[in-house]
Amino acid sequence: MTLTLGHFLTLGAMLFALSVTGIFLNRKNLIVLLMAIELMLLAVNMNFVAFSHYLGDMHGQIFVFFILTVAAAESAIGLAILVQLFRNKSNINVDELNTLKG
Amino acid sequence: MEVTEGLFYIFAAVLLFAAFRVITARNPVHAALYLVLAFFQAAMVWMLLKAEFLAISLVLVYVGAVMVLFLFVVMMLDINIDGIRQGFWKHFPLAGALGAVIALEMGAVLMGGFGGPDSMQVAASTPQLVDASNTRELGRLLYSQYVYPVQIAAVILLVAIIAAIALTLRGRKDSKHIGASAQIRVRAKDRLSVLKVAATKPAQEVASLSTDVGLTETQK
Repeated sequence: MTLTLGHFLTLGAMLFALSVTGIFLNRKNLIVLLMAIELMLLAVNMNFVAFSHYLGDMHGQIFVFFILTVAAAESAIGLAILVQLFRNKSNINVDELNTLKG
Repeated sequence: MEVTEGLFYIFAAVLLFAAFRVITARNPVHAALYLVLAFFQAAMVWMLLKAEFLAISLVLVYVGAVMVLFLFVVMMLDINIDGIRQGFWKHFPLAGALGAVIALEMGAVLMGGFGGPDSMQVAASTPQLVDASNTRELGRLLYSQYVYPVQIAAVILLVAIIAAIALTLRGRKDSKHIGASAQIRVRAKDRLSVLKVAATKPAQEVASLSTDVGLTETQK
């Protein structure tokens, strides 16, 4: 039995499920939440690369390239917000982020 | 083909283990280090998929830049580890069940839909990726068909740089710096107050100075 597209897609799906679980588990820890989001993006990228390989279409890899760009920008801004949050509240508890009363 | 398959299973197992440790590690530093391992394994899997440029750029961009940023922030903040683990086991049954359902359902659907031999035929009929270099092909597409998206991505990175610096910039409290905008915004009435001062008294008369004159005469 050789490797099929299903193997890679299943790997991506399991990675995605793990990161969803991580978001549920770490409700107090904003840093691990950001890491779980990075893992989710990795799972999505895995799907893109797998489809790009098996369908012989380079455009999937271009899309991964742009996702990497946006994810890097997102994590930089997210960490900057995290640092500001820690300066103001001295913790990174997600449940206490209710100042905006949304 | 057998070697590739074995490598895939090794990389997938280590990747899933590292992802599991990311979400369960007590110490955020350990979580960040396991995330580095996860990205590295994902890069290896992408190598198997013949996406060499993306695998290398994943290692360079993520492991080299983003994870260092993560580690830097994690180590800079003084986090109470026991406090952030509150509610971990309370949410565990729901989260575990949800993750298992997602993984099983998606795995069943995907292995049923894409695990068959027909998807292998699709893969076999793509000689396009074999002869050309992956990097050259990616670059040719990026700078011809995707020129405007590349420019937009560059602008996004610039915005991210400026936003990150502007968010975390904090001036020294004891510096003598004056804001240029505050200087420009100032009006004359904020700085200059006109006081009513009485006019100068008239000069003293000569008669009142006679005592001084007498004194000088006695000295003589």
